[in-house]
Amino acid sequence: MAPVLRNTVRDALSVSVTVGAYGVAFGAASVAAGFSVLQTCLFSLFTFTGASQFAAVGVVASGGPAVSAIATAAMLGTRNALYAIQMAPLLRVRGFRKIAAAHVTIDESTGVALSQTPRGVEAVRAGFWLTGLGVFFFWNVFTLLGALGAKALGNPASWGLDGAVPAVFLGLVWPRLENTFLRLVAVTSMVFAVVVTPWLPVGLPIIATALVAVVLGWRER
Amino acid sequence: MSSSTTWTVVIAISVLCLAIKVFGHYVPERWLANPRLQRINALIPIALLSALVVAQGVVLRTHVVIDHRLAGLGVALVALLAKAPFPVVVVAAALTSAVVYHLH
Repeated sequence: MAPVLRNTVRDALSVSVTVGAYGVAFGAASVAAGFSVLQTCLFSLFTFTGASQFAAVGVVASGGPAVSAIATAAMLGTRNALYAIQMAPLLRVRGFRKIAAAHVTIDESTGVALSQTPRGVEAVRAGFWLTGLGVFFFWNVFTLLGALGAKALGNPASWGLDGAVPAVFLGLVWPRLENTFLRLVAVTSMVFAVVVTPWLPVGLPIIATALVAVVLGWRER
Repeated sequence: MSSSTTWTVVIAISVLCLAIKVFGHYVPERWLANPRLQRINALIPIALLSALVVAQGVVLRTHVVIDHRLAGLGVALVALLAKAPFPVVVVAAALTSAVVYHLH
């Protein structure tokens, strides 16, 4: 194997294992929220975009209606369309491969692929597929383990699971807070969510917070 | 939530999230080139994930409730500030939350 590609494989593998391992947290949170082990596994197989999955089980766990869970997950999924637009001209695939590429177009596959740009387009493609399929494999295996584990353990609060879920969301948003403005967006969103919570039906404050993004993103800064 | 509702959630989200990804692979690049749309879209995950921190950390149904979860969240924040890796952050939050839950 060429040394260039070896580096790409190393990048892809380390991301796949680390990110895939969060599948344990998802599997456990999903079962604790009331989804069955089968539903939890189908979630990871077919939705396959972590933030949306965590958001959906989060809304359901807090007693929100199905429509709120679906809308929140879909809104979190829209960024994958923007990744797809960046990746499509680089991948140049058709038919079944295009659908497969679409399914594994997520934060990590796009991130690793674009970081390979200095190594050439072959490395970009290898990075995309290796990371996408690698995360897919580990995410699904660990989802099953987490789901079975949570089923065996029982009361989620007793094991700190209800305390781990907000930490997962904090950990997901953390690397995105690259500058003061983005940190302001995060803090404003948290304050907004707290303030509207007593006034809105369960599950709605989360999706209502998209308003903060619209207002703060409206003008160029 | 009933079993038929959880099935609706799983199926609807799976279909929508895949459709969104496929859409992105087929649309011409210029369709989503609007700068305002891109700015707002970049902020959406930050806004929603931040709201989810609150909803899962300090909310029970429609009430703000301070309990063992906030202790876990506090430890998670400290761990992130100390640049701890993600699994450490989550496990530390879970352990703290569980300990406070049992002490309380």
